[in-house]
Order: sequence, then C-alpha cells, then structure tokens
Amino acid sequence: MPWTALTLSIGMAIAAGVVGCFAVMRRMSLASDAMSHVALPGIGLALLFHVHPVVGGLAALLVGTVLVWGLERRTGISTETVVGVVFSLALAVGSLLATGEELVDALLGAPGRLGRWELALGLAGAAAVVAFVLAQRGRLVIALISNDIARTSGIRVERLELLYLLAFAVTVALGLRYLGVLLMGSLVIIPAATAKHLARSLDGMLAISVAISVCSTVAGEILASRLRLATGPVIIAIAAGLFLASLFLRRRR
Amino acid sequence: MANALEVERLSVTLDRTEVLRDLSFTVPEGTALAVIGPNGAGKTVLFRALVGALPHRGAVRWAPGTRIGYVPQKLDLERDIPVTGRDFLRAKAAVSGEPQGATARALELVNLPRAVAEKPIGTLSGGQFQRLLLAAALVGKPTVLLFDEPTAGVDEPGEERLYGTIRRLQEAERLTLLLISHELSVVYRYATNVLCLTLEHPCLGPPEEILTPERIAQVYGEPLKYHHH
Repeated sequence: MPWTALTLSIGMAIAAGVVGCFAVMRRMSLASDAMSHVALPGIGLALLFHVHPVVGGLAALLVGTVLVWGLERRTGISTETVVGVVFSLALAVGSLLATGEELVDALLGAPGRLGRWELALGLAGAAAVVAFVLAQRGRLVIALISNDIARTSGIRVERLELLYLLAFAVTVALGLRYLGVLLMGSLVIIPAATAKHLARSLDGMLAISVAISVCSTVAGEILASRLRLATGPVIIAIAAGLFLASLFLRRRR
Repeated sequence: MANALEVERLSVTLDRTEVLRDLSFTVPEGTALAVIGPNGAGKTVLFRALVGALPHRGAVRWAPGTRIGYVPQKLDLERDIPVTGRDFLRAKAAVSGEPQGATARALELVNLPRAVAEKPIGTLSGGQFQRLLLAAALVGKPTVLLFDEPTAGVDEPGEERLYGTIRRLQEAERLTLLLISHELSVVYRYATNVLCLTLEHPCLGPPEEILTPERIAQVYGEPLKYHHH
C-alpha cells in the first residue's frame, strides 16, 4: 500500500475519532450516519462535470450542513428529524445522478493513487478538525450539559453548533474515498460509541476512540489489500467487532 | 442601592401562546428574589428570557459587569456519558478564564467531596448533581446566581444543606440571587422579595405581603399549606 494513502487514512481516522465522541454524546449517532449521505449528489454532479469527486462531495456536505443548521434554528425541529428528511432526499437524488460502478465506488469507497495535493489538503483538513475539537472541547462539554449554562458562560451556542457540524462534514469528506458515503458515518460513530462504554472520563474517551478508529482503519486497509476485498467494509467490520467486544468487557466490569 | 437587574415590560410568546405579558420588576444588588407561581406560569421561561435564550419583547437590563451563574432545573442528559464532574468544572474554568484552582475552591464551597467530582456525572445522585451544577456556576465568579428549583429531586436533609449553602454564599460573596421555588417555607425564610407569576395578576413584594393565605389561594387556585419556621 502506498505510504501516502496510509498517512491520509490515519489522519482521517484521528479526526473521525475525536469528532465522533461529541456526536455520540449528543445523541447524533443516527443523524450523523445519515448526514454522510448528503455527499452523494455532490459526487454525482462532480462526476458529471469531470471535477474531483471528493470536491463535489465536500461542497454538498458543507451546503447540507448549513441547511440543516438553519432549518433547525428556524423551525425548532430536532436535528435527527431534519437530517433524516434532507439527507434521505440527498441519497435519492445522488443515486439518480451517479450510475453503475461509479455509484458503488461512491457508496462503498475505492482505493486508488493519491496525488500530492490530495494528501496535503486531506492532512490539512484532518489537522483542522482535530485542532478545532481539542481547542473547543471545554465549550463543547458545557454546551453538551446545558445550552443555557453555555450561554450564560459567554459561549455563542449557535456558532459553536455550526462549527461543530462543519468539522463533522469535513471529517466525512476526508473518508469518502476509502469508506464511501454509506460507511464513513460509521467510522465516526462506532469507535466513539465503543469508547463511551469503556472510558471513565472525557480524556479517556477521546484517547480510546482515536485508538480504535486508527487501529480499525490501518488493520482494515492491510487486510483488505491482502484479501483483495473492498477497504471500507473491512474497516467497518473490524470497528464493529471491537464495539461488540466492548459490550462484553463492560458487562464483565 | 443599585439594581442588579431591571426588567421592563417583558413579554414572551412561545408557539403563539403568550406566556409572559408586560412583566416589569427590579432586583436590587445583593438581594434574593424568589419567583413562585403554579406550573405553567412561565417561571423557567422567565429565567431563560433573562439569560437571552428565548426571543422576547421589552427590556432586560443587567448591571454593567454582571456575570451570571445559571443552575438549570433538570437536564436531558444521557446517563452513561463518560464526562466527570471534574471535566465539567475544568471546562467551565477554562471558558471563564479562571485558574484551574478555582474548581477546588468551588467544590469546597458546595461541600462536594473530590472523589464524587471524579465520577461520571450520570452516576451522581440528584443532590450531588445539583451541588455540582452550583459549583460550576460559582467557578465563573458570578455576581448573580439564577436558580431554577434547586432542590427538585433532592431529599429533605439534602435540601436544607443546599439552601444553607446558597445562603452562606450569598452573604459571603455579596451575590444577587434569583430563585424559582415551590417550597414556600423556604421562600419565606430566604427571599428579600417574592415575584408571584401569573399571566393576569403578577405581584411583587416582600414575603410577608405576598405569602398570605388569600394571595396564595388566588395564585395557585386553591389554599396551599405551608409552614413558617
């Protein structure tokens, strides 16, 4: 496996690990899985106009994120509901735009050679996401416990929410290439959900989540290339296996 | 005496229902205002409007330099999140620009043992969690404390301790206190003024004037028993 691909996937896995912790604690598990679907129409359009698919996917994710954030604020409907409706629609539109093999690649991810600029941009995106979550973790924790406490502590809750969702969208975009639209949401959620079972503090949760995310990704890539299988499903199968093992561990504690 | 808070003709409408209408009152610095009223009278809505969490008409003026410590009523939190009391207090200190030592002092002030603060917040008892929220409110060196039913879910001795703590803090730190409570005996003992919230006849005055059997019957729609200590 080329080192560029491995480096980028580790960056992506770290970002997924930290972003996922807050998604899981905010009960966004289902929403965030659906949220990754919005990339599909963007990928479809990008293929149609011969643009890099990840660029199309990222653009669609960012637009979708701002849309969800705005709808939630205006209508007061829960994120779960808004995301469910908007992103199921996106999946439908996307499937119409992309066809055949392209669609399978977009949904499940496909390995391939990476250009230098792809690597650089990907790593920069991953670093930005990780830096954001770590720098804002105090604010995110307070907003998680109570938006009203956050507000009286001088935190601009709506802005924080938007920035978090954008970080989430960037994370999903980072994984589009390997894991595809259907599985990237799972890499954000499963390691964090596992860490939630095992950790006894926030630092512990972040560390365990990143460790599981990186291990599943690296092991999945190596295994998939040895066995000549699609990368994404193998990564997620490993992460899900660790999740099941964590259930067992928790019961024994 | 200067006012910590001035509210002028405050109205809040939620889902096309008018919850508060033309409410005006002031809270002098260093005093305790208790807000009472039947369920659905808009007590929590009032607090949330005061901290800017709800759209409203009218004016809410806090004194310059006001720092608010808010202790909400109940939180819709997952019980199994691995965030400890210490994680929460450290976050609060970081956001408020306070040194991390402020968290230890806050825990002392509310009599919450360190070992309890190291546990995930979902595993704390009702009283411990309330005291943790109070500690978090104190970390930001507030000048005003807003308390929404501080003793909901707390047993009676716990309630006494919590009110004792609040009273001690108020006197020691010269805090202004706004408090929502159903415990009229507590209100009688601790409040400087009582704001009795109903849409039609809100009234404000010292406890001796407001907490009369006739007034209470009028507000709650039935005679309510309470005892003076």
